[in-house]
Amino acid sequence: MSTQREQADMFLAQMDQFAETMKQSVGAPILFDQKTGAALWWDQREMKLRFIISIEKIRKFFEALSEGKLLATKCKKSGQILFPPQAFCPDPEDEIEWVELPKEGELLTWTVIYTKPYSFGHYPDYTVGIARLTNGVQVLAWVRETDPKKLRAGMKVKIEIVKRQPENYLTYEIVPVEE
Amino acid sequence: MARRVAIVGTGHSKFGVRNDVNIAELAYESITQAIREANIEKDEIDLVITGYVGGWSSEPLAPPLLLEYTGLTGKPGYRVEAACATGSAAIKAAYDAISAGEADIALVVGVEKMNESPTPTVVEFIGRAGNYFWEFENFGLTFPGYYALYATAYMQQYGATEEDFCRVAVKNHYYASMNPKAQFPRKITLEQCMGSRYIAWPLKLFDCSPITDGSAAVVLASEEVAKKLTDSPVWIEAIGASIGTSNLSKRPGFTSLPAAVTAAKAAYKKAGIDPDNPAKYIDVAEVHDCFTIAEILAYEDLGFAKRGEGYKLIREEQTYIGGKIPVNLSGGLKAKGHPLAATGVSMAVELARQLLGKVEKGRQAPIKNGRALAHNIGGTGHYAYVTIYSLEKPRQA
Repeated sequence: MSTQREQADMFLAQMDQFAETMKQSVGAPILFDQKTGAALWWDQREMKLRFIISIEKIRKFFEALSEGKLLATKCKKSGQILFPPQAFCPDPEDEIEWVELPKEGELLTWTVIYTKPYSFGHYPDYTVGIARLTNGVQVLAWVRETDPKKLRAGMKVKIEIVKRQPENYLTYEIVPVEE
Repeated sequence: MARRVAIVGTGHSKFGVRNDVNIAELAYESITQAIREANIEKDEIDLVITGYVGGWSSEPLAPPLLLEYTGLTGKPGYRVEAACATGSAAIKAAYDAISAGEADIALVVGVEKMNESPTPTVVEFIGRAGNYFWEFENFGLTFPGYYALYATAYMQQYGATEEDFCRVAVKNHYYASMNPKAQFPRKITLEQCMGSRYIAWPLKLFDCSPITDGSAAVVLASEEVAKKLTDSPVWIEAIGASIGTSNLSKRPGFTSLPAAVTAAKAAYKKAGIDPDNPAKYIDVAEVHDCFTIAEILAYEDLGFAKRGEGYKLIREEQTYIGGKIPVNLSGGLKAKGHPLAATGVSMAVELARQLLGKVEKGRQAPIKNGRALAHNIGGTGHYAYVTIYSLEKPRQA
């Protein structure tokens, strides 16, 4: 069975092909709405979008993943733990230190994504959940269980550092713990 | 000295897959209708606010495009964006300018042409409308997915069922069946909704608002000008607004949108509405049902139902006409459609017409208090606007 991305690409290729024949016959990339017959222009310009995002001030977070650690920052004065990590505290008089997060927690909520964004269309269905760690910090990540009925609020989970495939980069995952 | 502001003209395009028009033509439909209804000349307009999210559509600079097409260039104005609450934010921008004396007559238009991109691309754009780096980049959340996290938590905590969510869809489709401007002007059954495929468990296709093209417009005027233009102005009595956290993981819980609670509190305070029993003061509400769960959360965040009892309100059909408070008689985002930036303006158009007794038979609320409420959420509680519209001139500006 083809992935959602393959299906989307196939659909676009069909439109492109139709527009090519229209360019040859009437000289313009015209498509027709399949229900109403309304004429549509098939855009001849395609833009690829990929962002380059600074992580300079939170590099430590990504370096620690390779050591199997999930880091957060802590505001020294207020004691507030910031996750996702921030290099600066909300109070500019305060300053941060890096702390390791506990790996144990409980599941708060979850969903299984069946209809996927284009850039996630190559994955099988995936579960996203939010866990509360033992120190109260909440983490959103994929959950290693694709049957939503096997999960329940309050169940014990742990955080694992994993390599995401096929992109082959380190990230973190919520894993239900057998009880 | 703040000045009072009223709606003096409304316009609304047909919502749906509008492959028969481009974005300027689509906006033209509601703009010209609103100006005609306000009975003003174009040169009397001294501010134009354009609500537009875009990304999925080809034209990035909507205001010059729409205004050139409509013959409205030369006026001050800008584009407003607050995700799905863009329309309400645009109304607030115009309201603030008139209230401050910077304009007398302002045109507000919200427009979206979402079907210019294929569905997986639109799903991607809306999925990115949360925290991109920490919650989208690695975990690929979708807009239904964000609200599904709330739906799961709500079911686990209060014992609501997927049927309860579908009851919201059945109601909103029922009222949409009487609204010719709706994307889906047809009834559905509970079985149809329950039998539809999962998009983001536990939300199914019929729990979700569609991808929509549409526009809506209102003409706002200061008290002095409104009195000259019409015998039946609809006043903007109060606007409450609030911004929530970007990361969902930073929310204290997943059964309420704190931004909506804050916005409602502020609006009720200004309008003198008892927050413990707002339904008593309001004849009809349009709430942000981008997903069925969102309407149930709205019942509770607005104080129409106690915490954990929102699902009972729909189970007991208390949000139909004749119940405690009729909600989404337009069909809501669910069945009328949800062209992001047009939605908040569409709510204003619908509620102004409801208050004036001008909507189609069968979906007209009985008007006793002369007050209506719009609840417009951007993202998943990233932005919230609660606006109170009133037939009676507000006590304070």
